[in-house]
Amino acid sequence: MTVAGSPAVTTNVGRPFLGGRRFSLDWVGAVPYLAYVGLFLILPSVIIGIGALLDANNAFTLDNFRNLSRSYVVKATIDTTVLSAITAFLGAVFGALLAYAIVTGSPNGILRRLTISASGVLAQFGGVTLAFAFIASIGPAGFVYLFAQAHGFDFYKQDLWLFEIPGLDLVYLYFQIPLMVLVFLPALDGIKPQWREAAESLGGNTWHYWRHVAGPLLFPAFLGSVLLLFANAFSAYATANALINQGQPVLAQQIAGALSSEVGAYEPGFAKAIAIEMIIIVTLVTVLYTLLQRRTARWL
Amino acid sequence: MTERSGVEVRLENLVRRYGTVTALDGLSLTLAPGELVALLGPSGCGKTTALRLLAGLEEANDGRVVIGGKDVTGLPANRRNIGMVFQAYSLFPHMVAWENVAFGLQMRHVGVDERKKRALDMLELVGLGRFANRYASQMSGGQQQRVALARALAIQPQVLLLDEPLSALDAKVRSRLRDEIRRVQLEVGITTLFVTHDQEEALAIADRVGVMQAGKLEQLGPPTLVYSRPATPFVADFVGLTNRMEGTVRRGAVEIRGASIPLVHPDVPDGPAIALVRPEAVALASDGDMQEGPLVGTVIAVAFLGAVSRVTVDLGDTTVLVQVPTSAASQHPAGTRVRLELRPDPVLIQREEAVPAAS
Amino acid sequence: MAVAARSIQRTRWIKLQVFRYVVFLLAAIFFLVPLGAMVEFSTRANDGSRTLDYWKAIPSYPDLTGAIAASLQLAVITSIVMLVLLVPTMVWVRLKLPRLTRIIEFMSLLPLTIPAIVLVVGLFPMYIWLNNNLSDSILTLSLAYVVLVLPYCYRAIDAGLGAIDVKTLTEAARSLGASWFTVMWRVIVPNISNAILNATLLSVALVLGEYTIANNLLYNNLQVELVHLARDNAGVSIAVAVAALLFAFALLVVLAFVGGRPRRVHDEPATALAGPLAASQT
Repeated sequence: MTVAGSPAVTTNVGRPFLGGRRFSLDWVGAVPYLAYVGLFLILPSVIIGIGALLDANNAFTLDNFRNLSRSYVVKATIDTTVLSAITAFLGAVFGALLAYAIVTGSPNGILRRLTISASGVLAQFGGVTLAFAFIASIGPAGFVYLFAQAHGFDFYKQDLWLFEIPGLDLVYLYFQIPLMVLVFLPALDGIKPQWREAAESLGGNTWHYWRHVAGPLLFPAFLGSVLLLFANAFSAYATANALINQGQPVLAQQIAGALSSEVGAYEPGFAKAIAIEMIIIVTLVTVLYTLLQRRTARWL
Repeated sequence: MTERSGVEVRLENLVRRYGTVTALDGLSLTLAPGELVALLGPSGCGKTTALRLLAGLEEANDGRVVIGGKDVTGLPANRRNIGMVFQAYSLFPHMVAWENVAFGLQMRHVGVDERKKRALDMLELVGLGRFANRYASQMSGGQQQRVALARALAIQPQVLLLDEPLSALDAKVRSRLRDEIRRVQLEVGITTLFVTHDQEEALAIADRVGVMQAGKLEQLGPPTLVYSRPATPFVADFVGLTNRMEGTVRRGAVEIRGASIPLVHPDVPDGPAIALVRPEAVALASDGDMQEGPLVGTVIAVAFLGAVSRVTVDLGDTTVLVQVPTSAASQHPAGTRVRLELRPDPVLIQREEAVPAAS
Repeated sequence: MAVAARSIQRTRWIKLQVFRYVVFLLAAIFFLVPLGAMVEFSTRANDGSRTLDYWKAIPSYPDLTGAIAASLQLAVITSIVMLVLLVPTMVWVRLKLPRLTRIIEFMSLLPLTIPAIVLVVGLFPMYIWLNNNLSDSILTLSLAYVVLVLPYCYRAIDAGLGAIDVKTLTEAARSLGASWFTVMWRVIVPNISNAILNATLLSVALVLGEYTIANNLLYNNLQVELVHLARDNAGVSIAVAVAALLFAFALLVVLAFVGGRPRRVHDEPATALAGPLAASQT
């Protein structure tokens, strides 16, 4: 690097030296982007990290984290975990069946293309419109409910479960199943027909093939998908809030509640502590997902 | 190795249709015990279909498959006791090499110690004893195919089927593994069907070669015979390079530009015809009168192929490919005048195109 | 014997087809009935007959029309800021700063793993300051929305840039005497026009469906207003939701049409990008 050449060499190098590599100003081009992302993505994260450790007077405190043991937060955490686990598992099972129905068809068939496109849309189809869609169909004034009721099957006889956690179990499947199709399909596509034929020619029947070959191959991908679906459900807010406006049973609603002086007690520090709890859980699950994904990539 | 003698395999009048397409049009083929037959042909000729019918991976619309005197037409693949090596990527990626090889034994309820021992023996046989604990992703393509071979043989099958096992490998590995497969096959003595589109491969490895086209067997015979005495123009064309030269048949020989060459089938009626002449049946000469004559032309290209070279000679109204030792070719660089000499090897003629094309 | 084998494989094939079509049928019911129900609900009168009254009533709710206008403006502003920020940076990084590729990619995809509700918590004090010192317009939401749409737009544009040889094109243009601005505007942008269109449509769809951030930063955008309105008049609310959905589907069709037509070679699969199109986030 530092070649202290003769005077002749130095003069030769003189001019390009300034415009050359060492004093390049190329990085300036990335500044606007980095500044923007720093301001609206990194800064909020820093605010959460620091704010969670401050009380109302900006003095250091651990109370916000201690408050995570409040019974309603613990309950929301457990309920959200159970909700996410149920919808992740059911979404994964149904989504895997749908994906299998897709891969066993023609690889360029209209059914395959249609299902994949629809999954791409529906996997992101959450929030207010989704809540409306279920209210309009199986809500107390929805035509499916009215029809069932008229035929002697009143599924709201006990309680109006659509607007409680069991309702979310059902409604979340609407985006969990398509998401499963999208993330699991590549793994299924990676299963080569030669493996089945090899297993057959070596004397294995269908059960042997699934038990010893396809099952073990797909299991990490399946488990990873369940984790991704879990994280997806765990961080969902809009659907739950549009459907359930009493009691804030979901952890994301607890965060919103702590921010609001309308519904809650306006405890911004506490909101940040719950946010950190959520980030930790989601990150943990995502890391596990990434590890499983890597294993799948090696096989399929 | 367990002593094993091959069994006879008979394919009888097999027909396979996909919708309106007939992939296999009444194929009959008998493999003698311990014999290696290579089915050779362009893609879509039905050779792979034949192999899959024999394996039981597809079902015939008509015809029978008989292995060792037993009709297995109705048996599914997993009860035929057939070893199969696929084109590529057929190793189970979540199992190490020995587990792959032991899979078939596991299906046959062989105990874990016994099957590991036998798997390791098989890996030794294909020269991969050291790789027993590698995953497919940790092995080269050639090594993977050798494991696949070991896996197919571990179940002590009655028949070994090889479905273009070398086509995904690069040239050097291909010829080495080809010889390796032949060595193992002879050592085990198993009746083998080898499917390939590579004529060099088929000629090098097989006891007999079957050339297929459009679902039919065009010719079946020892490699030397298929090459030197092709039964049909298609075989002559597909197996090796061929020059098409106009000539006239006269009493069991064909006259091409003044040279008379005997015919494979001498009993054809006289008249104009196209003769199929191998490049190596033509020699180059530069002695004597080089200015005129029907077989005098100009060298327009020389392709160096190693020990031999391929020389393209322009005769004015047609070009002829000539394959000669490189030392001979080097005396005739592009631009020089040469005289062609046709060796009196019997050639095949083609009647359909006998009408001279206006060129 | 042969007949037996034929029936074994045939039975297996029939079983598989039955399984497939049962699955597709059930999926179609589960996914289409709720969508159809919204249309049905928004056109049902109290006595059970068909009516368009809810649809006709939409303009008579000023809060609603105001929210629609705000969401549309947000969509436009967000798309423009996103493009101005993302396209030059990504081209520049490819040309001059390949070392930064990983960082830019990581930062752009980061919002995927941060739940929107968490982002709100960090943005909350920033928006309090913003309201007090600069502006309390709803349009300031677009500052946060750019971050929200970043991952999807990054992928779309990255796919577009990946399909052309940015470096060679730029060097060719520069050697012919083009300025950097000309390179960008006359060479790069026309070549990734499909990707830019994809990114724009994605961000429009995402912004129109956004609820979490607006609701918790106390702005009344379209989705927030729909929830408010649903408590008074569910019929009108659902009618607007259907309209928004149809608009999103129209965008999807535009995307599939424009994206699938002119380019044969680098035909970016519309399916991959169609992802978040209906785009309310969960």
